[in-house]
Amino acid sequence: MAKSQDEIVVEDPAAPAGDSPAVASTRAVDIVVSLLLLAFAGVLAFDNWRTGMGWDATGPQAGYFPFYLSVILAAASVWGLAKELFARGQASASFVTRAQLRRVLQVFVPTLLFCLFTQWLGLYVASFLLIAGFMVLVGRIAAWKSLLTAFLFSLAMFVTFEIAFDVIMPKGPIESLFGR
Amino acid sequence: MEAFGLLVYGFSVLLTWKILALMMVGLVLGIFVGVLPGLGGPNGVAILLPLTFTMDPTSAIVMLSCIYWGALFGGAITSILFNIPGEAWSVATTFDGYPMAQQGKAAEALTAAFTSSFIGSLVAVLLITFLAPGIASFALRFGPPEFFAVYLLTFCSFVGLGREEKHKTIISMALGLLLAGVGMDTVSGQLRMTFGFDELLRGINFLVAVIGLFGISEILLTMEERLALRGHAASISLRVVLKVWKEMPRYWVTLLRSSAIGCWLGITPGGAIAASFMSYNLAKRFSKDKESFGKGRIEGVFAPETAAHASGTSALLPMLALGIPGSGTAAILLGGLMVWGLNPGPLLFVEHKGFVWGLIASMYLGNVVGLILVLTTVPIFAAVLRVPFSAIAPMIVVSCAIGAYAIQNAMFDIWLMLLFGVVGYVFKKIGIPLAPFTLALVLGNRAEDSFRLSMIGSGGDMRVFWSNGLVGSITTLALVLLLWPLIGGAFGRMRSAFARKTATGTADVR
Repeated sequence: MAKSQDEIVVEDPAAPAGDSPAVASTRAVDIVVSLLLLAFAGVLAFDNWRTGMGWDATGPQAGYFPFYLSVILAAASVWGLAKELFARGQASASFVTRAQLRRVLQVFVPTLLFCLFTQWLGLYVASFLLIAGFMVLVGRIAAWKSLLTAFLFSLAMFVTFEIAFDVIMPKGPIESLFGR
Repeated sequence: MEAFGLLVYGFSVLLTWKILALMMVGLVLGIFVGVLPGLGGPNGVAILLPLTFTMDPTSAIVMLSCIYWGALFGGAITSILFNIPGEAWSVATTFDGYPMAQQGKAAEALTAAFTSSFIGSLVAVLLITFLAPGIASFALRFGPPEFFAVYLLTFCSFVGLGREEKHKTIISMALGLLLAGVGMDTVSGQLRMTFGFDELLRGINFLVAVIGLFGISEILLTMEERLALRGHAASISLRVVLKVWKEMPRYWVTLLRSSAIGCWLGITPGGAIAASFMSYNLAKRFSKDKESFGKGRIEGVFAPETAAHASGTSALLPMLALGIPGSGTAAILLGGLMVWGLNPGPLLFVEHKGFVWGLIASMYLGNVVGLILVLTTVPIFAAVLRVPFSAIAPMIVVSCAIGAYAIQNAMFDIWLMLLFGVVGYVFKKIGIPLAPFTLALVLGNRAEDSFRLSMIGSGGDMRVFWSNGLVGSITTLALVLLLWPLIGGAFGRMRSAFARKTATGTADVR
């Protein structure tokens, strides 16, 4: 099928460099997560102990099942912790490099702002701002294309959910101008 | 042939213009979900679930399951044309699919992938049609101890048979079960683990968790990688389709074996990913010409695709018959059932015949329509990848937020979704599996209730889990599976010690 050989090529000029230094090793993150899970298990175990983890006249109390689960969670975290601490010798793989972390934050921070804006301005306005902002600032796509895409997508979502399917989203001052 | 009559009834439920239209919409959305990076089967279904809140359950499940079939088909497109598996279960498809595309045989590879997907799911649907009603009516006799034993079996088989490190599977599962317990206790009405936060009274909705864990975290992970891609455009002509179909019967052993592997791993929580790799490896091992695998052999496309689709479909069997999902996506469909006010479990077959048989009939129809759809529209979907990721990523974020908010109309859930996104990103990178977490979160309350009801019934005597042959054997099997790594290890050592004594330098059995 020689005729089907036209290629599709998409470039990624801002790709993270391969030789970027690691910010943290997988082992270090593994240990931190195990410690956090251990602490979390401790808090939950305490709360369930307070709720009542024993038996009464009607059977196990509300805290019984989750109490023992927190014990299992704690035990598994200790197991993981011990395994990482005693695994000596081989170097641990990189968890994330500096260039990768930069890219991840490039999408995480806008997402965080989007959530904040949703609370203040309503979802559709926040959606417009997120898509337009992300396309212009991170994707370096022409402003008119970005604004148009953002507007059309937000509008399509509004029509689909709000009008066609009756699913109500958080709205802010701008939608209220249109009586929604 | 009672099942046959009911199936005909199912088709009669299905054949309305509205449901057929929803089916097409679902399939198209699903293929998009499968093709786009950063969107997978589970979160695609979870994000689109809110669309179905105002529908009747039958239309809703037909649309959602079609999204799932579409995602299964779509995963193959990017694997073959771009060497980028759109889904984890299509990784094995790249081994031979991409070399075929490089040799100019992209159309053949795609036809092979779609057709074998279709065969795999057809086998699985046949299995569901004839097996599920029997299992369900058998399970009608189950009391709380039996149900708890089956839940235990599900959880233990994850720990014992999973490929991840054991303690990480346990962490994931315990965390899921704990978070399922947050809020009001269903038996005593007491509050627990809410720490005085009103927002936690409702509990942690598992769909919100899924959208964060799979949707948001996938975006974060995708951004880490180099997003440049280079691949082949392809269109499929009728001549190629017929040529591949003519060749197909030669590989009936591979197709049959892969379907069997897929069905087995779909019903047990092994999943489509394990199934696709296993059947690829077996096809290679049993082949006379092992060397040609990985260099563009059509059999190397048939095997993983058949298994992945068979497994993805058969994962719905335990969900329908027992209320226990066999995969992450099945877990989300199960969550959907609860949202629509249906109670998953064996009673579904008795109380909601139209729903169950409509769904089963839609599996047949959805796969036929899906096959025709992908064969004819591949060029369009391949072109979707030209859209830059920096436009797709924020749109996916917005869709995730809409999905998360719509479930309970709570802003808190959007924040929760973001938190789960970060958790999912970290967990994936340090190898804590997310599937057990999802399963535990959706089954947690039901598992706990059945445990406590059994305890109330027996007056706190644990021996209730061995009180009759049925419950006793399920519980024992669960414990055997939990300890399988230890037992299997001991067996392996015994066998190798035995082999050293008897055999001297015979050929390698492996």
